[in-house]
Amino acid sequence: MVTLQASGSERGALRIGSGAGFADDRIEPAVQLVESGDIQYLVFECLAERSVALAELERRRDPARGYNPWLPDRMAAVLPECARRGIRVITNMGAANPRAAGALVAGLARARALRGLSVAVVTGDDVLDRILERPDLPLLEREGTVGSLGDRVVSAHAYLGCEGITHALSQGADVVITGRVADPSLYIAPLVHEFGWDTSDWNLIAKGACAGHLMECGAQVTGGYFADPGYKDVPGLADLGFPIAEVHADGTFRIGKVPGSGGLVTPATCTEQLLYEVHDPSAYPSADVVADFSEVRFEESGHDTVLVRGARGRRRPDNLKVSVGYRDGFTGEGQISYAGPNALPRARLALDVLRARIEKQGITSGAARYELIGVDSVSRGLGPGSHGGPDPDPDPGLGLGLGLGTGDPDRLNEVRVRVAGRTDSEDRARRIAHEVSAMWLNGPAGGGGVVTSVTERIAIASVFLPRSDVTPSVTFAEV
Amino acid sequence: MLLHELAHARSGDKGNVSDITVIAYEARDFALLRGLVTAERVQRHFSAFLEGGEGAVRRYELPHLGALKFVLDGALDGGVTRSLNLDTHGKCLGSLLLGMDIGDVHAPEPEPEPEPSPEPNPNPEPESSGTRSSHGTRR
Repeated sequence: MVTLQASGSERGALRIGSGAGFADDRIEPAVQLVESGDIQYLVFECLAERSVALAELERRRDPARGYNPWLPDRMAAVLPECARRGIRVITNMGAANPRAAGALVAGLARARALRGLSVAVVTGDDVLDRILERPDLPLLEREGTVGSLGDRVVSAHAYLGCEGITHALSQGADVVITGRVADPSLYIAPLVHEFGWDTSDWNLIAKGACAGHLMECGAQVTGGYFADPGYKDVPGLADLGFPIAEVHADGTFRIGKVPGSGGLVTPATCTEQLLYEVHDPSAYPSADVVADFSEVRFEESGHDTVLVRGARGRRRPDNLKVSVGYRDGFTGEGQISYAGPNALPRARLALDVLRARIEKQGITSGAARYELIGVDSVSRGLGPGSHGGPDPDPDPGLGLGLGLGTGDPDRLNEVRVRVAGRTDSEDRARRIAHEVSAMWLNGPAGGGGVVTSVTERIAIASVFLPRSDVTPSVTFAEV
Repeated sequence: MLLHELAHARSGDKGNVSDITVIAYEARDFALLRGLVTAERVQRHFSAFLEGGEGAVRRYELPHLGALKFVLDGALDGGVTRSLNLDTHGKCLGSLLLGMDIGDVHAPEPEPEPEPSPEPNPNPEPESSGTRSSHGTRR
C-alpha cells in the first residue's frame, strides 16, 4: 500500500491526479502528472453516457475488445513510471469488457517486466440479464417500459458506487479497471480507502463527490473549455495541464495542477465545472451520496490553487441508475459547400432541391434537418432567409442574438450545406446521403467538398434497479 | 449590450435536458443578472428549440458564486444519441445564451474627477471607471 509520507505529501493529504476527462482525452498531460505532479493516485475517467453501449456492440463483434480504444496507449505511457513511484491507477476504461482490459494491462505489465504489479478488475455493472427479466421496469423521464424497447436492447449497465474499487485497493491493487461506475466514485474510492472514511458519513462522502465532480472532466477545471479571447484568456492553452486534488482527511481540499503546465485554476474555472451537468445544485445524486453543492465556496489559495469548502450530503439513493442501450434506427447525412459571389442563394437553392427530392421519396422517419454550416447549423436551421425562423418579438431571440439578422448574404464568401435525416433502415439513410452526393451534377453551380455518412444510432434510456440487485465483484488479472 | 459583456457560461447535457450556467464576471453584477436573465427570458430566447411548454426552463441561484443555473427540459432534440443537430450535445447553447441582448444596462456612473494631487501617482489603479473594456481579461 502506498503511504502518504513515502510519496512526499507532508501534510497527510492525498494527492489525486486526473489523467483523462473523456474517452479521447490527450495522453501527454497524464505523463506530466506522473512525473511532476507528486500524486499518489491517477484516475482516468473515460466513459460518456453512450460509450458502454457502443463498446458492447464492439465486444459482440470481437470478444477480445469492448474496452476504451486508447487503453493500450494510455497505459503504455504511464504504467512503468507509476509502478516505479507506487502511484496507483484507477480507470473505467474497461467499458463493456473490463476483464479483457485487465488482461491487456497485465500483458503490458509482463512485457515491461513490472513484476508483482497487481491488476484488479471490477465487474457487476453489466445487468442486461436482470433488466430483460423485468420488462415492466418503467423508463425514467419518458414514456414506456423496458419491454417497449423490444428486441432492440443491446446493453444495460448500472452506475456502481465506490465499493468495488475500495475492495480492490484494500486487496493491494496497483491498477483498478472498471466498467460503468459513477464518475465521482472513481475519486471517492481512494479517499475512503486511504482515510478510512465511513461510507455512510454523507457530509464527508459528499466532499469526496465534490472533489470527484471537479476532477472528473480533467482539463475543464484547469482552463480547458474556458478560453474566450479578450474575455477569459488562458495562458499556455497548448500546454494545458491536468488537475490535481489535494484532499485532507476532513474532506477539505484544494484543486491545483502540475507546476509549469499551461492553463489556470481560479474560482471562475472551478465554478464553471462545479455546476457542469448539475441540475439542482442542492441535490446532485450519484451512487454513493446525494451531494449538496449549493453552499460550496472557492477561495484562491496560492497561484493556480483553489481551496474548496462547503459541500454537504444526504443519504445515497436506494436505487442505482442503469443506462439501457438500444438500437434506434439510422442517420443519413451529407454536406456540400458553395463559395464566392451569391454563395448563400445557391446554398439555399441546394437545400430546397434536397428537401424536395428527399420528401418526395418519403425516406426519413419524419425528422430531417436542412441547414447551412457557418450560418445556422448550430441554431438548427433558423438563420437569415430560412423558413420558419423565430419571431423576433418580444425578445430578439437566437437569430438576432447571434448577430445574424443583419447578415448580408453577399458578404458570405462560403457556405456549407448540411442535410441530416433519421430513418428506420440503413438503406433509407444511404439514400439521403446519396441525394447529397448527387448534387455534384444535379444541383446549383459550383458545389464542392461533398462528405456523406450513414450511422446506426444507439440510444440510451435509463431505469432504476434496487441496489440489492447489483453486486460488484473484484477479480485479479495475472501479471 | 450582450450578456456576454457581463457573464461567462458553460453548458452540459444529460439525456434531452440541457443545463447552462451563467456566471457574473464581477460579483456586483449578480443582482443585475438575477433581475434580467429570468427563466422566462431564457425560455423565450430558446423558444425555437424547446419541446417542453410552459415551465420548460428552471432556474437555480447561487449568489455566493455569482452564478445562475438554468435547466432546459426538452432542449436537445432527443439528446446526444438521437439528435440530428450538428452540435448534438448542445455544447454551444451557453454561448448562444450569452448572445442575449440585455439592453442598455449599466449606464456607467461618471467617476468623480480625482482630486488634483501635488504628487502624481506613479501607479494609477487600472479599470477605475466602472466601465468595461471589451478586451480586458476578466480573471
